[in-house]
Amino acid sequence: MRILIKTGRVLDPGKTDLVADMLIIDGKIADIQPPGSQALSQSSVDTEIDATGCIVSPGLIDMHVHLREPGHEYKETIESGIQAAAAGGFTAICCMPNTSPVNDNAQITRYIVDKAASFNAVRVFPVGAISVGLEGAQMAEIGEMKSAGIVAVSDDGRPVVDSLLMRRAIEYAEGTGILVISHCEDPYLSDGAMNEGPFATRLGLSGIPNASESIMVMRDIALSELTGCRVHFAHVSTRESIEAIRAAKQKGIRVSAETAPHYFMLTDNAVAAYDTHAKMNPPLRSEKDRLAVCEALADGTIDVIATDHAPHAMLDKAVEFDLAANGIIGLETALPLALSLVQKGVISMEQLLFKMSANPAGIIGLKSTLDIGESADITIIDPDRVFTYKADSGRSKSRNTPFDGWEFKGCAICTMVNGRIVYRV
Amino acid sequence: MTWTKKDILDIESLSRDEITMLLETASGLKEISERSIKKVPTLRGKTIVLFFMEPSTRTRISFDIAAKRLSADSISISASTSSIVKGETLIDTARNIEAMRPDILVIRHSSAGAPHLIAKHLSVSVVNAGDGMHAHPTQALLDMLSVREVKKEISGLNVAIVGDIAHSRVARSNIIGFSRMGAHVTIAGPPTMIPAGIEALGTTVAASVDAAIENADVIMMLRIQKERQKRFLMPSEREYAVRYGLNKSRLACIRPDALIMHPGPINRGVEIAPEAADGPNSIILEQVTNGVALRMAVFYLLAGGVRNADSD
Repeated sequence: MRILIKTGRVLDPGKTDLVADMLIIDGKIADIQPPGSQALSQSSVDTEIDATGCIVSPGLIDMHVHLREPGHEYKETIESGIQAAAAGGFTAICCMPNTSPVNDNAQITRYIVDKAASFNAVRVFPVGAISVGLEGAQMAEIGEMKSAGIVAVSDDGRPVVDSLLMRRAIEYAEGTGILVISHCEDPYLSDGAMNEGPFATRLGLSGIPNASESIMVMRDIALSELTGCRVHFAHVSTRESIEAIRAAKQKGIRVSAETAPHYFMLTDNAVAAYDTHAKMNPPLRSEKDRLAVCEALADGTIDVIATDHAPHAMLDKAVEFDLAANGIIGLETALPLALSLVQKGVISMEQLLFKMSANPAGIIGLKSTLDIGESADITIIDPDRVFTYKADSGRSKSRNTPFDGWEFKGCAICTMVNGRIVYRV
Repeated sequence: MTWTKKDILDIESLSRDEITMLLETASGLKEISERSIKKVPTLRGKTIVLFFMEPSTRTRISFDIAAKRLSADSISISASTSSIVKGETLIDTARNIEAMRPDILVIRHSSAGAPHLIAKHLSVSVVNAGDGMHAHPTQALLDMLSVREVKKEISGLNVAIVGDIAHSRVARSNIIGFSRMGAHVTIAGPPTMIPAGIEALGTTVAASVDAAIENADVIMMLRIQKERQKRFLMPSEREYAVRYGLNKSRLACIRPDALIMHPGPINRGVEIAPEAADGPNSIILEQVTNGVALRMAVFYLLAGGVRNADSD
């Protein structure tokens, strides 16, 4: 099987940036040559992709996805989730353990890995639970899950309240070669439905203050410093957290951080009409926080853009605001939203690719490369393609998004995993 | 002016003219309750459902009496008698009620925004009788009615609201309502009960209860709920009564013509001393009387008033 990607801007940030033709043979990147080069055009190809005006990038990686299987297949399945991922330009995703049953043991990990592999499409790397049942009491069998295929552990959706358990988990996981992802939230402070502030006060909804996040970020920075072990912060949303992470990095503490597109696109005024599509955890914050997130993306304090893709059925969202489920889908909108930051000059295209491919790959220990001889995990991005996003025509089983009907500029037009085209416009 | 709104969901969505129209309509209807035969046929054949998902005595009875005085048929449903306990969603329950063709649905619910959710999905008129900590528009309207009766003009008055502002839908609706009508609204209470960014609603936060009430034309005390102690909002009711209650010593410092108000039910000896609740400045029971007239006005305008086709 030979695929020729013609005249794209081959962009492997920090390594390669040139307009070229790329030949893929039997799943591997075989050659990269100047456009129209004799060497490539002479060989017969099965598929030719015109990438003129497009970016040929290492496959995008989303390290924060909820696939809902096993247990909540009415919201999303592994199959529908990876289809949505492919359509969003992702060649690999990490799925969080808050399924039912929880992915806190090797059997569940193996189920997810095998099921995902059976579709031979987007790569799925499970994240195991830190604690049994996400209950924050007993450490899960991290080593066993690692053997079964997890790449990280997290109690995502819930914080590890017990500081001793968190300390032991990051020490133990480091010894197993496993990353700990912290869901930073002080549950005593976060008993609310949206961000604390004038909007919550006006709507009569109880508020979640910024400190509910930053307190836990600061604690886990302290634990990382204490143990010398790595900690990654999920869905960072506040400027206080960002300031703490920035200072920690300057001190050489081994922390990394991600944010989600909604934290750089929206603020808590999106809740205005009790729109449950604007309900998430952590909540949408103030404009000051949104600007801080943009600044942190630009200066590298935030390493990763991840979606926190959280599918919920209408059943879970078309209810009273305080009873509605937290979260939104994001796989099919993350790249267009991130591209809007490039268009506004907040980050460069190279930075975008770092944050959506090379950085998450480095943090979890995956590959993100366009080197010859490597697996062809490739995303072709058309940065100029204008389209109106319709949640109803999305691949995800769920429709819970505040971006329905938004006009976007730029998206993935082809997603390739191991040389196999899993999505093409 | 003609009434054009389909729903009354909060004070925020009512214009100054609409508030005035409601208050004037209520003033006109008040006299009906003074008659020996307290009933007019105005809304005969109209059906009003009182859908109370949260306990209430005073407000439900007030709405019920208001409906009956206008000859509408009113039906009460409470949380325990509705299918919500069987697991039906709020929207489904509301749609089922609507399918029986009521003209007005009055709803009280513990979740902020629940009436808005229903109004969005239903074509029947929805009246918010209190939603979580968000809004209680008919309470604010009847409070404005009560003040206007005595003071004639709301504009220019100093209104002090004291107590647990953070958890009070009455406070939110009154801050917005009185300030929209031109009054200066000041709030006071323990810092634990003052929510972030409350100033944006149109009020200033006083340094102390004394500062808030000393020059006030209207003093509104809010109910303190015992369960608040569990959320660490205050150490004890005893301390609250001393530091934040309208007690005897504070009563001596208020303006002689100040009106004392309370949305009820009152905790005697906690936020309000008996001397204040029962004294000559108190219009607490007048508020209750006006509640019926105000709710009659709400029903009259929603069910009897002419509605423009292009409204909402």
